[in-house]
Amino acid sequence: MSSPSLISTSQLTKQYPGVRALDGVDFELSAGEVHVLFGENGAGKSTLISMLAGANTPSSGKIVLNGEVASFESVADAQGQGIYTVFQEFSLIPTLTVAQNIFLGWEPRFGPFLDHRTMRSRSREMLSELGFDIDPGQLVAQLSRAQQQMVEITKAFHGNLKALILDEPTASLSDREVDHLFDFIKRLKSEGVGIIYISHRIQEFARIADRVTVLRDGAKVGTVAMEDTDDDLLVEMMTGRAIDEIYPQIAHNPAETLLEVDQLVGIGVKGASFSVKAGEVLGVAGLVGSGKSRLFRTIMGLGSKQSGRVTYCGRDISNLSTREIIQAGIYYLSPDRKAEGLDLAKTSRDNLAVNLVMGREVASGERLVQWKRVDRGVSTISDTVELHQTYRRKPVAQLSGGNQQKVLFGKCFGQEADLIIFDEPTVGVDMGTRSALYRLIRDLSEAGKAIVIISSDLPEVLNLAHRMIVLAHGHISGELSGDDMTEDQVLKLFFDESGVET
Amino acid sequence: MTAQTASNPPSFSVRRLFVKVGVLPFFLIAALVIFTLLSPKFLTGQNLINVARQSVYLVLVSMGQMIVLISGGFDLSVGTSIALTSVVSALGMVWFAGMFPDAVWVAILFGALLGFGVALIVGLVNGAGVAYFDVSPFIMTLGVSSVGAGLALFLTGGVPVSDLPFEFGDTFGFGRVFAIPVPVIVALVVIAVMWILMSRTRLGTQIYAVGGNIKAAHLSAINTKKTLLFAYVICALIASLTGLLLTARVESGEANLGGTIALESIAACVIAGVSLRGGIGRVENVVLGAFFIVLVQNGMNLAQVSSYMQMVLLGALLILAVIFDQLRYRILMSGT
Repeated sequence: MSSPSLISTSQLTKQYPGVRALDGVDFELSAGEVHVLFGENGAGKSTLISMLAGANTPSSGKIVLNGEVASFESVADAQGQGIYTVFQEFSLIPTLTVAQNIFLGWEPRFGPFLDHRTMRSRSREMLSELGFDIDPGQLVAQLSRAQQQMVEITKAFHGNLKALILDEPTASLSDREVDHLFDFIKRLKSEGVGIIYISHRIQEFARIADRVTVLRDGAKVGTVAMEDTDDDLLVEMMTGRAIDEIYPQIAHNPAETLLEVDQLVGIGVKGASFSVKAGEVLGVAGLVGSGKSRLFRTIMGLGSKQSGRVTYCGRDISNLSTREIIQAGIYYLSPDRKAEGLDLAKTSRDNLAVNLVMGREVASGERLVQWKRVDRGVSTISDTVELHQTYRRKPVAQLSGGNQQKVLFGKCFGQEADLIIFDEPTVGVDMGTRSALYRLIRDLSEAGKAIVIISSDLPEVLNLAHRMIVLAHGHISGELSGDDMTEDQVLKLFFDESGVET
Repeated sequence: MTAQTASNPPSFSVRRLFVKVGVLPFFLIAALVIFTLLSPKFLTGQNLINVARQSVYLVLVSMGQMIVLISGGFDLSVGTSIALTSVVSALGMVWFAGMFPDAVWVAILFGALLGFGVALIVGLVNGAGVAYFDVSPFIMTLGVSSVGAGLALFLTGGVPVSDLPFEFGDTFGFGRVFAIPVPVIVALVVIAVMWILMSRTRLGTQIYAVGGNIKAAHLSAINTKKTLLFAYVICALIASLTGLLLTARVESGEANLGGTIALESIAACVIAGVSLRGGIGRVENVVLGAFFIVLVQNGMNLAQVSSYMQMVLLGALLILAVIFDQLRYRILMSGT
């Protein structure tokens, strides 16, 4: 890029008590370029953009905007200087309408009164300008996550835009919506706006990125032009290791069928039939909204079943409650460890103890809990999941995402399940911990457990599963095994339209 | 943990103590210093024994309140359970004793069972509303407390029920076993049972888990609805027991018993480190918390603070304790 730099940082550093979240990073964004920030969770991407967005101040180093040293007091201040950020966590108020949200804080007025008519018509213009098909009078709570994302983006577009920061904007969008977004990014680019784009979806980079900056452990690994690099190289830069070191080989010894699902129908699940065998890893793939998670939540009794039959070890479990299904021997690990998985204010010991106390081990007819035995069980599990000694006595909230996930994994050992369903097992987990978690999955599978891995991370499913099912529009669009499990095959099944209601 | 605390420098152990048990030790020391300075009678053995005896009723109710708080809710209707128990059991005793004047103890038992029965209904209604109909604990227990208070007044016409069997008050109000007042013995037994329940049984573990994260508890094979129901029922039954002891003490069934006890018991729990978010709290600390509240009331009486000002101070104390609870939670979550 020969164009002058729009924003640059030099030796930007953020020090928190005990952690250096960002360590002397030089970053540069030119006008009219899309610059991707790539790195694992905790690599410093969010810290970097939070300082550019004005949400955070650097400990040392400086930010240069248009050739002048800049400092941002607040997000509003950064916006005043032309830098807009769409954060991953939405700042929408669900009980207000789309138009009210877009104009929150700068409502058009009619004397002392709000001018709702202008608000609505201006929002309609803004939305259609961006190509988003959303009614400005609708309540935000009624929108899908993808639509909410669009409103969030629309909200960012007022005033004089010089640089736009997008944090994981496609995480919840369908492909058509992603196309829209990319068209839109290209249009902004041609108008000379600089775009910082954070994403984990490496396959998107080739479509929009001009340059990629890779961060690891708070430091910059390097900046490369997209045309000079490829996916494998970027992953190696990100993790510091080659891709085949991450995924273990899992021996495939299928035994008896444990779970049989026959024509299961539920909300968002349309007639799914499949089975899972002991000693086998079944991968489940599908786009966001394909129902891949919902299918298994329905099996677990977390969503209502309308018809169909679920048998586990020859026993009909279609009408059992979640509790009874867990007691029968199926354990489900939630994709959202903070909301549904862990008690954050407690230590890992307390979290794991719940499952041991509820599990078969301790339950058998004893009136009082034998804490000594529970504690022994807790340490065994903590050793198994390689949870470091110093983390065991801290509230889970203080642990990193990777260590929290280890605790969540530990819960399935307490419950003594024979079929374990991992829903997004490595979401927000760094690469080092990931391979530790994959090794645990291997050990469980090779010990004869049946494993289901539901994941939006396609390489994860392709590399770990022996067999996989792909979902689209709430039904199973295909089953693949062995050499058929390729990215191309899966992508074809992703877009299978046979489940669409006409 | 104790070894760890000892090995740290003092500034850290103050912080550690705060995170571990909450604001109570600091409040307790402050109260002892202030009231000792204000009144020479405060820090005497006789007065402290008095406080211990008076605190029995609040200790009991706080035990029940604690369970509900740990489960992630709260119970504003404990006072109503006390009033209903008092009225219903007194009416029962008087009616039964009138029919069979010779069977005094049967009459007392009959009345007590009626009292427990009506509290059981209060607990079941609270629990069912919160667990099965997803009514917020605030609205549910506030509504029930109005219903119950109304019923208690309706049953008595606002007039205390008198002429209870003499033996009832003589035993449960003023009786002693081995020189220990009967209410104190009852409280000690309840404390022991609660300690075992919360720390040694599966139900206790389930209550902590449900209060900590109800969804995670559900995914750990816990019957969350039944657990919540149990929490409210236990709370109402303990309140009912307190109602019986208070009825014996005043020797009449009164619809206005327990008027301020909801606020006092919540304050006792929060000051003792029970989190309003649920999932955190310990029996032994709550006993001390209830003792502290009564100690402050006693100190204020000795210092001749008017009862109106006492209300002001108690409310302020509760709010202060909640602010410290928030601070403590933040430290706990961030570790800094």
